[in-house]
Amino acid sequence: MRTLFKGLMTATALASMMATSAIAEEPKQGGTLVTVLGTNVRNLNSAVQSGIVTGFPGAQLFASPLRYDENWTPQPYLAESWEVSEDGLKVTLNLVKNAKFHDGTPLTSKDVAFSVDVIKANHPFKAMFAPVTSVDTPDDYTAVLNLSQPHPALMLAMSGQLMSIIPQHIYGDVPVEEVKTHPRNNEDVVGSGPFKLTEFANGQHVILERFDDFFIEGRPYLDKIVMRIIPDPAARAIAYENGEVHMGAFELLPRIINRLKKVDNLTVTPDGYGAVGPLDWLAMNTQRGPLKDVRVRKAIAYAVDKNFVLKALMQGTAVESKTGIHPDSPFYNADVEAYEVDLDKARALLDEAGYPMDGDSRFSLTIDFGWADVKPQTEYVKAALKKVGIDVQVRASADFPTWAKRMGEMDFDMSWDSVFNWGDPVIGVQRTYISSNIGKGVWSNTQGYSNERVDELLEMAAVETDKDKRKALYDEFQTIIADELPVYHINALPYHTVYNDKVGNPPLGIWGTSTPIDMTYLKD
Amino acid sequence: MAFLQKFLIRTLYAVILLAAVLVLNFSMMHLAPGDVADTISQSMGGADEEVLAQIRADYGLDQPFLVQLGRYMGNVLQFNLGYSFFYNAPVTDLILERLPATLLLVFTAQILALGIGVVLGVISARRPNGIASHFVTMLALFGYSAPVFWTGILLLIAFSLKIQWFPVAGMRDVTIEGGFFTHALDVARHLVLPVITLGSLFLALYSRLARATMMEVLGSDYVRTAKAKGLTEREVVYKHALKNSLSPVITLAGLQFSAVISGAVLVEAVFSWPGLGTLAFQSIIARDTPTILGILFFSALVVIAGNLLTDLALRLVDPRVGGKR
Repeated sequence: MRTLFKGLMTATALASMMATSAIAEEPKQGGTLVTVLGTNVRNLNSAVQSGIVTGFPGAQLFASPLRYDENWTPQPYLAESWEVSEDGLKVTLNLVKNAKFHDGTPLTSKDVAFSVDVIKANHPFKAMFAPVTSVDTPDDYTAVLNLSQPHPALMLAMSGQLMSIIPQHIYGDVPVEEVKTHPRNNEDVVGSGPFKLTEFANGQHVILERFDDFFIEGRPYLDKIVMRIIPDPAARAIAYENGEVHMGAFELLPRIINRLKKVDNLTVTPDGYGAVGPLDWLAMNTQRGPLKDVRVRKAIAYAVDKNFVLKALMQGTAVESKTGIHPDSPFYNADVEAYEVDLDKARALLDEAGYPMDGDSRFSLTIDFGWADVKPQTEYVKAALKKVGIDVQVRASADFPTWAKRMGEMDFDMSWDSVFNWGDPVIGVQRTYISSNIGKGVWSNTQGYSNERVDELLEMAAVETDKDKRKALYDEFQTIIADELPVYHINALPYHTVYNDKVGNPPLGIWGTSTPIDMTYLKD
Repeated sequence: MAFLQKFLIRTLYAVILLAAVLVLNFSMMHLAPGDVADTISQSMGGADEEVLAQIRADYGLDQPFLVQLGRYMGNVLQFNLGYSFFYNAPVTDLILERLPATLLLVFTAQILALGIGVVLGVISARRPNGIASHFVTMLALFGYSAPVFWTGILLLIAFSLKIQWFPVAGMRDVTIEGGFFTHALDVARHLVLPVITLGSLFLALYSRLARATMMEVLGSDYVRTAKAKGLTEREVVYKHALKNSLSPVITLAGLQFSAVISGAVLVEAVFSWPGLGTLAFQSIIARDTPTILGILFFSALVVIAGNLLTDLALRLVDPRVGGKR
């Protein structure tokens, strides 16, 4: 039996304690942290509802087997240690023995097995647990996940909000498929996380309070968390500035980020979004018209100036991303074709592809956008491509579903799109490029891209348990897609976390606020 | 008897109107491409086709249009507004949760605007070319032409950020503790800026209308007669003229009830006021058909109730209305 991260495990709790002792100041017990959410919460049960909004309350209410530090190293959480068998087909979780749900019932391996069933039946990210065939529970504190193939993505899938362990004695009274509409998803929610639910008023706030029987001694530090729901970004900005709100995440508007950066007692940071991995890109339908020709796609890449997007539209708040993997991920390969602006080269490629200038244009294309924030990007693409003789018509959609339908049915030439990594590439990256996922709704392989080598690399990487070999496979994959351009990668979304001077140890790990904030505290 | 008959006919019209509102909106929502399954998948960071199909099956969205419409109307007939797909909650609960906040905001704004508007209108009508009159005209023009989201943000910057008198958003501060009085005071503090923002729009309308009708009435024969009788200016204006100039203003106020939802949407959005306007806006974005239709149903009810109240109020100030009984 080969044990992964064995050394780390013997030092179990020490690891996380060291992380806190590295901070000069001694964490203070008590206080109410006021935070903010940008939209309503659809569902507090993160086992059936993914997404960045539920992630924050979800990770406080429910605990997961693992958590991660800033360096993408797994840390014990509900599982005090874990082992992966030699053949990679068995993952054994040794659970902590003192974990309790908020109603006092002990958490056991039965709940882990139940949660896996519920997640498999309801969670939208099917790839996370698809290879898990069954969960054995030899005793109350051991859960063994049996896999049909090695599944390294499971490590990240067992952390953050992705594998919330929910109590079987509460949610087991309906068939597993119906847990997504269980009444206890929004009221009287019972988990085993550091905070329990006090009040949820949709459209107004979520209030959580310290769970005194939390399984990590002395945590959490805070007595109470108030999550206010303030949809208007300008109003949120004022709330940070006047101190009504201590902390908030997922701020996106460059204008607001830059303004808040100038406020004395606020820290505004892009750290904490590596695992969520949000990316902005120019999608190109490789099955339609001139875009079928890779030379045309390359010409477009040479004509579109990323620097304009980064500096003028994003006002310096976003970083470049060259591939489908987020720049903060250990799998990111920066050493790929970057397409520095070269209009002559673009024109030559278009000529070569058989599209000479005819009057003042070569051909015309459409570009779509799904939400108003990215309209300027599409207007810019129109202007940039005009210079090389491509007429672009910007096509607005009435709302998100209209755009989603167009994308899902591949009824588009080009579109601005934002897609998230969600941890491991198997979960959120593969879906865009693998040929078995062509045209299966929005955020599938809507570009109709198909390359046998890419398919092979993605399938090999999905089952490769050796980290370095896996990295090599993903490196090659990224080189190919940067060369063939089913999408032209532009930038990482400029998500920022804002917090004021009173907040100690804000959640800036790879999962950002989608992690338990049991180590966050309020200074005097 | 005539009154009862009139009442029944009006109720019948109201029911037909409600049914038309629902059928028309249901059909329009259905015509648009995409549906709530897409927005649910958006809120979850993407879902594959299998999951989308499951969501559609769960909520009956895979059924033919007429079946869906029939089911919905059947439910409404049993006073069941359905289940919100997006919020996982009964629509009636969602609306009842939000209704008080909107009513509080809109009524406070309306009543203050009506009161202050009439007073300002009368003041400026008495001296149409005085400084006060010009000031009122300017104020009214400004209030009417400034977009509410702009006024709202400006007020926030001034009174929440620069001078920190009022809170930025929401209806109450959940961190404070205390009795009923403390909480009522807290809600009042949160109410100030949204009411000023929304009220300034109504105020402009009322003050202009009050000024115009007052000036007209002051020029009429009976006012001259009253003055000739030797009544003081004050008595003429407040006892005789005012009552007669009020009916157009009340009619307008009644009509403004239709703006309860539409007018509140933007103000609620700026101040994160947890009311129906915000809910309406968010459900439209989310394509949550049952919630949107439920809100339209409720707003139609509010408009109808508002019109009835207007009629009653008009009877009080003007005996000519509905006099033949």
